[in-house]
Amino acid sequence: MLEIRWHSRAGQGAVTGAKGLADVISTTGKHVQAFAFYGSAKRGAAMTAYNRVDDKTIMNHEKYMEPDFVFVIDPALVYTTDVTINAKENTKYIITTHLTKEELVESQPKLEGKEIYTVDCIKIAQETIGRPIPNTPMLGAFMKISGMYDIEFFKDSMVRILDKLPQKIIDANMIAIQRAYDEVK
Amino acid sequence: MAFDKMELKDIEVWDGNFAAAQALRQCQIDVVAAYPITPSTPIVEGYSKFLADGYVEGEFVMVESEHAAMSGCIGASAAGGRVATATSSQGFALMVETLYQASGMRLPIILNVVNRALAAPLNVNGDHSDMYLGRDSGWIQFDAYCPQDAYDLNFIAFKVAEDHDVRLPAMIHQDGFMTSHTAQGVHTLTDDQGYGFIGDFKPMNDMLDFEHPVTHGVQTEEDWHFEHKARQHNDLMTKVFPKIQAAFDDFEKLSGRKYNLVESYDMDDADVCVVCLGTSVETAREVATEMREKGIKAGVVGIRVIRPFPFMEIAEALKGVKAIAALDRSSPNGAPGMLFNELAGALYNTADRAMLSGYVYGLGGRDLTKKHLVDLYTELQANVDAGKVTTQLQQFIGVRGPKLSFL
Repeated sequence: MLEIRWHSRAGQGAVTGAKGLADVISTTGKHVQAFAFYGSAKRGAAMTAYNRVDDKTIMNHEKYMEPDFVFVIDPALVYTTDVTINAKENTKYIITTHLTKEELVESQPKLEGKEIYTVDCIKIAQETIGRPIPNTPMLGAFMKISGMYDIEFFKDSMVRILDKLPQKIIDANMIAIQRAYDEVK
Repeated sequence: MAFDKMELKDIEVWDGNFAAAQALRQCQIDVVAAYPITPSTPIVEGYSKFLADGYVEGEFVMVESEHAAMSGCIGASAAGGRVATATSSQGFALMVETLYQASGMRLPIILNVVNRALAAPLNVNGDHSDMYLGRDSGWIQFDAYCPQDAYDLNFIAFKVAEDHDVRLPAMIHQDGFMTSHTAQGVHTLTDDQGYGFIGDFKPMNDMLDFEHPVTHGVQTEEDWHFEHKARQHNDLMTKVFPKIQAAFDDFEKLSGRKYNLVESYDMDDADVCVVCLGTSVETAREVATEMREKGIKAGVVGIRVIRPFPFMEIAEALKGVKAIAALDRSSPNGAPGMLFNELAGALYNTADRAMLSGYVYGLGGRDLTKKHLVDLYTELQANVDAGKVTTQLQQFIGVRGPKLSFL
């Protein structure tokens, strides 16, 4: 079982990202689950979304999760929420930030000693898609860190998932995914 | 046909709401009268989008409340159409008056209920308060544990409800957010398979058949009211289960997926077992498997059809079990809990009357964790070892503050 927790703000596309990732993984024969905590959250409120991936049917519906990966797609959530909650010793973090890894850990000591990767998904999204929607770049970074799929296969799959969007937006998303794949460190 | 078909993958990643909306599209509903409410809104939104995009030949009626939504469905169904809608929580509560009209008039309307808590305090998350509120309304009630079930049970519900020997409305329940907004792999039927399973709508006593005028929704006083109600109850008790079983069998032939009135998992040699509804059934199955690795013979019983209540079938499923936990996700507000009471009734006249304890859990969407279930099975095993219920008969799981237990 692979488990992922997304930290996001409502409106930044974490649910779409989690469902898109589940969709891609499902086509490779694995079982998937994607869900989120909503409450009555308004746009901009901190929220979490979740992925589970397994070789057999996923029957666990508890919301509690000790994630293998934590994705933070809004830079401020590292400070205003606890992104390390219920983590395991070997949980990997992919965090959206303009800071270097050292600056990030210094500014949030809770991240000390954790396996952290950084990438500026907000900047990439703004420069490619033209809007601060950091969900697809995060998935590009995840492909690099996890080595889950070949990036070309992943991009081809995402083209199919995004097929209702205008071609220009799809193309921009592909560039965003590739850039995050190349830039995450 | 005047509408387009949709190509689906064998497995689509859908949440429970979208799975239900796709089933409504494939069933080609003539009329949906709906008023949106969280978390069920995407079901009727989905239907209206399919309609606007030319995938359905039907009509979407926008109304001013859930009371009006069900009233519109009653009118359309009496007129002779295939009719469905969806609701949750407060909307369901507002529909209650019309639910009894629909079942009393023997109209085969399908209602997708995305289970949610009832205010006050206001809460949009999933529990079974609304589902329990409908249990004396004369409807058939199916319960889905995951998005796949929410999809499949819609087809089964139409087939049963519209049967001329049944002619009763049916609800398909799914857990708010835990099923409705959780995307999982759903094995699909093709449009032809789905529609072919339920077939064309066959009207009965429809008001638009002007050659054979009929009256719907009449008044009967002391002279006939009781006979009508008794006949409805008789049909629920005697005619519905055989039709549901036949629909389950046909559906298995079509899809390979098998449903049962009562779902038993790991029950052949179980000493301890949990009886529950909704997503909890699946989480409990996973925990039961883990408990068996620790040497506790754990099983799970899920109730697939809540009304009519499978009284005999559940007693059969629980035969030989030593300690049973009934899990209710609705505040009984001064009583032991619906499942506890129904199980007590089903088991009272059996020879090996097992130890039965009740648990209230998960109100307002409070998480039921695997840890909770491990503790629960451990407690049941302690009852077996002691030969008696070692706790009070009613306990609360997952509520903060001092431990609550009663009776």
